[in-house]
Amino acid sequence: MAPKLPPHHSLQHSSTTATAGGQVHDDHDHHPQPRGIMRWLLTTNHKEIGSLYLIFSLIMFFIGGIFALVVRAELFQPGLNLINPEFFNQMTTMHGLIMVFAAVMPAFTGLANWMIPLQIGAPDMALPRLNNFSFWLLPVAFTLLLSTLLMPGGGPNFGWTFYAPLSTTYAPPSTTFFILSLHIAGVSSILGAINIVATILNMRAPGMRMMDMPLFVWTWLITAFLLIAVMPVLAGVITMMLMDINFGTSFFDAAGGGDPVLFQHLFWFFGHPEVYIMILPAFGIVSAIIPTFARKRLFGYASMVYATASIAVLSFLVWAHHMFVVGLPLAATLFFMYTTMLIAVPTGVKVFNWITTLFRGSITFEVPMLFALAFVVLFTIGGFSGLMLAIAPADFQYHDTYFVVAHFHYVLVPGAVFSIMAAVYYWLPKWTGHYPSEILGKWHFWLSVIGVNLTFFPMHFSGLAGMPRRIPDYALQFADFNLVSSLGAFLFGFSQLIFVWVIIKCVRGGVKAPAKAWDGAEDLEWSVPSPAPLHTFETPPDFKPVQH
Amino acid sequence: MMNPVQRTVFRSVLVLIAMFAFAFALVPLYDVFCRITGVNGKVDERAQTLVSEEVDESRYVTVQFITRSGSGLPWILDVEQRQVRVHPGQPTEINFAFTNQSGSALSGRAVPSVSPSQASRYLRKVNCFCFDEQRLEAGERVEMPLVFQLTRDLPKDVNTVTMVYTLYPVAEEKAQLQAQVAPGSGGDA
Amino acid sequence: MRKMLALMTGGGTLFGGASLAHANGWNMPVGVTDLSAEIYTLHMTIFWICVVIGIVVFGVMFYSLFKFRRSKGAKSAHFHENTTVEVIWTAVPLLILVGMAVPATATLQKMYDASDAELDVMITGQQWRWRYEYLGEDVAFNSNMSTPRAQITGEEERGEHYLLEVDEPLVLPINRKVRFLLTADDVIHSWWVPDFAVKQDTIPGFINENWVRINEPGIYRGQCAELCGMDHGFMPIVVHAMEEDEFDQWLVERKEAAEAEAMGVDREWEMDELMERGEQVYGSICASCHQADGGGSPPAFPGLAGNQELIDDVDWHIDVVLNGVSGTAMPAFRSNLNPVELAAVVTYSRNAWGNDTGDAVQPAEIVELLE
Repeated sequence: MAPKLPPHHSLQHSSTTATAGGQVHDDHDHHPQPRGIMRWLLTTNHKEIGSLYLIFSLIMFFIGGIFALVVRAELFQPGLNLINPEFFNQMTTMHGLIMVFAAVMPAFTGLANWMIPLQIGAPDMALPRLNNFSFWLLPVAFTLLLSTLLMPGGGPNFGWTFYAPLSTTYAPPSTTFFILSLHIAGVSSILGAINIVATILNMRAPGMRMMDMPLFVWTWLITAFLLIAVMPVLAGVITMMLMDINFGTSFFDAAGGGDPVLFQHLFWFFGHPEVYIMILPAFGIVSAIIPTFARKRLFGYASMVYATASIAVLSFLVWAHHMFVVGLPLAATLFFMYTTMLIAVPTGVKVFNWITTLFRGSITFEVPMLFALAFVVLFTIGGFSGLMLAIAPADFQYHDTYFVVAHFHYVLVPGAVFSIMAAVYYWLPKWTGHYPSEILGKWHFWLSVIGVNLTFFPMHFSGLAGMPRRIPDYALQFADFNLVSSLGAFLFGFSQLIFVWVIIKCVRGGVKAPAKAWDGAEDLEWSVPSPAPLHTFETPPDFKPVQH
Repeated sequence: MMNPVQRTVFRSVLVLIAMFAFAFALVPLYDVFCRITGVNGKVDERAQTLVSEEVDESRYVTVQFITRSGSGLPWILDVEQRQVRVHPGQPTEINFAFTNQSGSALSGRAVPSVSPSQASRYLRKVNCFCFDEQRLEAGERVEMPLVFQLTRDLPKDVNTVTMVYTLYPVAEEKAQLQAQVAPGSGGDA
Repeated sequence: MRKMLALMTGGGTLFGGASLAHANGWNMPVGVTDLSAEIYTLHMTIFWICVVIGIVVFGVMFYSLFKFRRSKGAKSAHFHENTTVEVIWTAVPLLILVGMAVPATATLQKMYDASDAELDVMITGQQWRWRYEYLGEDVAFNSNMSTPRAQITGEEERGEHYLLEVDEPLVLPINRKVRFLLTADDVIHSWWVPDFAVKQDTIPGFINENWVRINEPGIYRGQCAELCGMDHGFMPIVVHAMEEDEFDQWLVERKEAAEAEAMGVDREWEMDELMERGEQVYGSICASCHQADGGGSPPAFPGLAGNQELIDDVDWHIDVVLNGVSGTAMPAFRSNLNPVELAAVVTYSRNAWGNDTGDAVQPAEIVELLE
C-alpha cells in the first residue's frame, strides 16, 4: 500500500555506515560510544533495543519450552514417573507465565521497536531513554520470577491464572516475589506501550495519514491502547493479592467478607484483552507477509483496521466467558455468550480478507509465507474451537479440560508464535543484510507444523473424552492421546534449535539481501539498505500515499 | 506548552491512573452489582426494614438453613429448625445458637450465602446475626435470631431457598487492620 | 434447516457413536440425562457447522494457493477492495451465529432451572476429597480416591478405573430430580461428571446450585476440574445411580450404619482397634499431605513423625485435628469425621512412626469436646 522508494533515494539520507559484524560508526554522534556490555546497557537505539527484546524473548521461549517439556515428559505415560505433583504444578504455572509475559509479549515489543520506526519513516522511537529502561526491567522481573523456584516452598504453583484463594491464603511463601516480578513486567509493558503510542501518533513521515500506515503499525497501535487500559487492572489485582497475603485485607477471602469470584472477574477483565494483546500484532504481521508473497495488495485494508478495532472493543465485554461454571446468573451467562460469539464476525472478516488477497495473486512459498499460511489455517482451527467454547451450555462440558488447552495453544502457538517466526524470517534480511537459509527454514517450518499438530490436535479428543487440565497423572483411557502429544511436543521443542541455528547463520553471513529483499514487499522499511544502518530516516522520507 | 509527544504521554498516563483506580473501584462496584443481580448469592449485609405487604397465601416456599464451620474456629452454629415453609411476604423468625467450644474467648463471623442466587434479590433480612462479628467467651453459648421475609414478587419458579452460613474466625489484629486498610472490602462485610 | 440440523447431528452420532460404547472415547459423551444429550447434540451441531465453514474457507484458500502459483505463471490481479463482499461476509456469519445462539439459549435456560428437586445433596470440595451430605437425611460421608499409591508409582499394575475410583461413591436415584448445593472448605474446586453434563465450581464461603435427573442406572465417573493444589489430579468423583427403590433401601441402611457407628463411642476402645481404624482413616484422609510415613512435605505440610509439638501436647493435637489451623491447608475435621474416626486417627498419629507416646484417645473424650 505504501509506495516503494528507489534504493538510491534512501541512501542519500543515510549518513551512517555499517560493517558486516554489526559494529556501527555514527558520524553525527559526538558522544563517545560506550563499548562492550555498557553499549547494550545504555543503548537508546530502537534497533538495538529491538534486538535485545527479541534475544531476550528467544531465551525465555526456550526456558518456558523446557518447562513445557518437563510437563509433557511427566504426562508421557500414566503414573507419577519423573516429578511430584507439587513440582508439576510449578512447571505448568511457570510455563504459562514465562510464555505469556516473557516470550510472546516481549517478542512483539521487540518487533515493534525494530519495525515501527522503519515502517512509519521515523528516526527512532519517541522516547528512546524510556525505551531502554522498559527493556532492562524485563531481565530483572524474570530473573526474580525464576528465582522463586529455588525458594523454600517452591515457586508459584497455582496456574498462570493464579485464582484466589489458592494464590493467596494457600500459596507458597514465594508468592510475594511472584507479585513483585509481575509488577515489574507490567511496568515494562506499560512503558513500552506508551512509547509505541507516542511514536505512532507523532512521528509518522510527513504525508502519512493514519489510514496509510502499514497494518502491523495499526494493530500495534490498538494493542498498545489495550495494554495501557488493562495492565493497570492487572497491577490492581496483584496489589490486592499482596494486601490479602501480607496486610490482612480480605478482598478475595470469604472469611473476611471478600469474594474469590471477584478475583476472577478482575483477572479476566485484564486477561481477555491480554489474549488479544498476544494476537493482534500477529494479524499485522500476516497482513504484511501475505500481500508480499502473493504480489498483490492486501484486500480490504480499511475493513482490516475496523475489524481489529472492533475485536479490541469487544475484548472488554467478554471476560466472563472464562467463568461460565462459577455460578453466574442466567442473564449474565447469556450476555457473555452472545458477545463472545460476536467476536467471530470481525475475526472471520480478517481471514476472508487474507484469503481474498491470495485469490488471483502470484504466489510463491518462501519460509515467511509458509509460516503465515500455516498461521491462517491453524489459527482458524483455534477460532473454530473458540466458537464452540463460546456456546455456554457446551462450555459446561469443555471448561477446564484439555479441549480448552488445545484451543488456546492453537491460537497461541501456530497463532502468535508462528507469526513471530514468520516475522523473523521476513525481516531477517533487513536486520542482518543476509537471507536466512531457505533449506533450514523449510526444515524448521515443516517439523514445527508437524510437531505442533501432533502435540495439540489430540488434546481436543482427550479434553472431550473428559481429561481435566493441570493434572499430573491421568486415567488410562487418555494414555494414547497423551503419548502422541508428548512425542509431538518433543519434536516441536527440538525443531526450535534449527530456528536458533538459522538465526545465528544468518547473522554471520549468507546470501546478501538488497534493500528490497522481497520483490513483492511494499512498505517503507524496504527503502533503507539491508542491513538497516543504525540510524535511518534522520531526514524524513518522501512518502507518497497510495490513492485509495 | 507541551510538545505533541509529551501530550500523548500525559494522556496515556492519565488513562493508566484511571484504570488502576478503576480496578479498585470495581471492588465496591462488584458488591453493588452482586446485590442488584444476586450474583454469587450475596446477601445485603445491612438490615432492611420489614415491608408490610399482604402475605401471598396461595403459595408456599421451602426455606432451608445450613450451617457450616470453616477451619480454625472451634465453634458450633446450631439452628432450631433446618427447614421451614413460608408464604411470600410473611415475616419469619428463626433462632440460631453460637457455641464457643474452646477454652478461650474468640471472635468469629457467620458468612451468608443464598441459593438459588437470584432469590437473594427477593430476600429481605430484617435482623441477622450475620451482620456483625460475634465475640464469645470460653464455652459461651449465645442465641441470636434471624428475621427475614421473602418478597411477594419472588419468581414463581423459585420454591426452595437455601441459606447457608459458614463460620470463619476473625483474628484480632486482622480485624483492626481491615478497618484501616480496606474499608471497601473487609469492613462492611 | 431443521432437516439439515437433524442430518448433521445424525452424522455426529456416527462420528462419536463408534467409540462411545467403550471407555476409550474421543468425543464428548452423550451421557445419561436429557440435558447431557441435548448438550451433545448442540456440540455436534456446532462442530459440523464449523467443519462446513472450514471446508469452504480452506477450500478457497488451497484452490488459490494451487491455482495462482507464480511458478505456474500466475500474474497478480489488482483488485483490493469490494464493499459488497465485505458486507456479505460480515452478514452471513452473523446469521449463522444467530442460528447457533437460539438452541444454545434454550438449553441454557433448562440448565438453570433447579426448582422442584426431590432430593438435595450438599457437595463440599476439600483438599483433596469430596464430602457428600444428604440434606434432611442425616447421611454424610467423605469420598476419597481409593487407587493405591503403589499403582500411581507404578509398583503395582494399574486397574481398570485407575485414578477414577473412590472408597465411597455418591449414591443417587434415577428418575428423580436431584439438586446439588456446592461449596468448598478451602480453595475453589469444580465438581464434574461428564455423563451428567454437570460441572460447577465449589467456592469457599459461597453456595452454588446445579441439578441432575439421571435416566439410567450405572456407575459414572468424573474428576475435579479446577486446579486446587497439589493433589488436584487425585480427587475423582464416582456416582452410583440406582433404581429408586434400591436407592431408598440404601438410604435406610446407610442411616442404620451411621447409628451403629455412633454407638461405638460409648465403649472403651482397645489400643489395637484404635490403631487399626486410625491407620485406615490416616491413609484416606491425612496421607495425601502428611505422607504415609508421617514425613509431610514442609513447609506447607509439616511432618508428624517425631514432631515434638505433637508428641508433647495431646490437647493441642486434638484441637488441630478438630478445628484446623486458620490460614493454612489444615482443615477442621470436627464435622467431617465421626468421633470414632477422630479418636482413632489421633491415636494412630501419636503412636505410629516411632512417635510412641502410648496415648490412646477414646471416642468418648472426643464426644465430650464436641458437645
